[in-house]
Amino acid sequence: MTATAAAPDPALFEFCLRMGDNTLVLGHRVSEWCGHAPVIEEDIALANTALDLIGQTQLWLGLAGEVEGAGRSADDLAFLRDAWDFRNLLLVERPNRDFGHTLLRQCLFDAWHLEMLTALCGSSEPRVSEIAQKAVKEVSYHLERSADTVIGLGDGTPESHARMQDALDRLWPYVGEAFLPDAIDTEIAARGIAPDAATLRAGFDARIGAILAEATLSPPDSRFAHQGGKTGVRHTEDLGHMLATMQFLQRAYPGATW
Amino acid sequence: MTEARPSEDQILAWLDQVPDPEIPAISLVDLGIIRAVAWAGDTLEVTVTPTYSGCPATSVINLEIERALRGHGIASLTLKRQLAPPWTTDWLSEKGRAKLEAYGIAPPQPAGGPERCPHCGAAEVERISQFGSTPCKAQWRCTACREPFDYFKCI
Repeated sequence: MTATAAAPDPALFEFCLRMGDNTLVLGHRVSEWCGHAPVIEEDIALANTALDLIGQTQLWLGLAGEVEGAGRSADDLAFLRDAWDFRNLLLVERPNRDFGHTLLRQCLFDAWHLEMLTALCGSSEPRVSEIAQKAVKEVSYHLERSADTVIGLGDGTPESHARMQDALDRLWPYVGEAFLPDAIDTEIAARGIAPDAATLRAGFDARIGAILAEATLSPPDSRFAHQGGKTGVRHTEDLGHMLATMQFLQRAYPGATW
Repeated sequence: MTEARPSEDQILAWLDQVPDPEIPAISLVDLGIIRAVAWAGDTLEVTVTPTYSGCPATSVINLEIERALRGHGIASLTLKRQLAPPWTTDWLSEKGRAKLEAYGIAPPQPAGGPERCPHCGAAEVERISQFGSTPCKAQWRCTACREPFDYFKCI
């Protein structure tokens, strides 16, 4: 550990946790499909998407640990925090349900993620910009695939259409949280580190609107948004269950390596 | 202490003999991930950029670089990770592209899909999946010879 007295920057630390916890929690959720997907190509695609997300997590949580300056590594942050210390959007911790539901959640997240990372490439914080430039290429590819799948299943058979519309109705109330700024978002935006969360909504709506129209799916009229994920105040019950599985080994056998 | 220090070109030539652990047909230099080699005093600094952020080959690649250079007598060596500018398939060498195709992997094309089947050369190809056996590849098939093949994704 270097002993440089970097000034603690709680807002930047929180921001890095938010980015890294989104990719960690979604990466783990997607990896739950490994060995269970409907066809082998989709199994491989899901595992590859999860791999990209976990790779991005290492970068974001690595930076979070560096900014915090308390000697915590990306692994420490991933495996040794409890649910209330997680800063991910509620959307990404929602359970997988069926394949269509998983891909619709992916598509909603990818559309926000792509807007966010594109803006972060121009961040005033070079370490944030570097990670964004790397991740944006991977995420463009994720959105291409998730959008194709949402369109294929939405505009598919009556059964697949009904399942996708049901998934959209269930997930839509979890979309708004990403665009509702709190004090951390406002400070980070004022410093030019990230865009104002609300300004990403127009780009997101345009992208998702076009995809859903082609998929013959209709988003609910209500913009009601569940909140509490990115602040950590009120996660859904499902996150704790997920962490129990994900963190088991490091909790039961602290420091285990192989 | 600098009399026997190998040149940077010599070091790159050595690294060009180190195969990529996932796609051994091409070298780490062919892959375009060795961004710089430079001496800082008696220590050799090798700058490496990851292909995909989660690529599991990254740690093996670092081990292979270290093993190869130590085998050539480099005692003091540090590896530096560089994220930006991000790796692009434009950095694949021409030699590497040719070797990929000979090995049965269609090289990346800006158009977003393979130019031709790496087995029979036919232009009639279709995509099976956007992802493949490693993060850097997708699965395609040739509708002329009916063989499936890997395509190196263009990023």
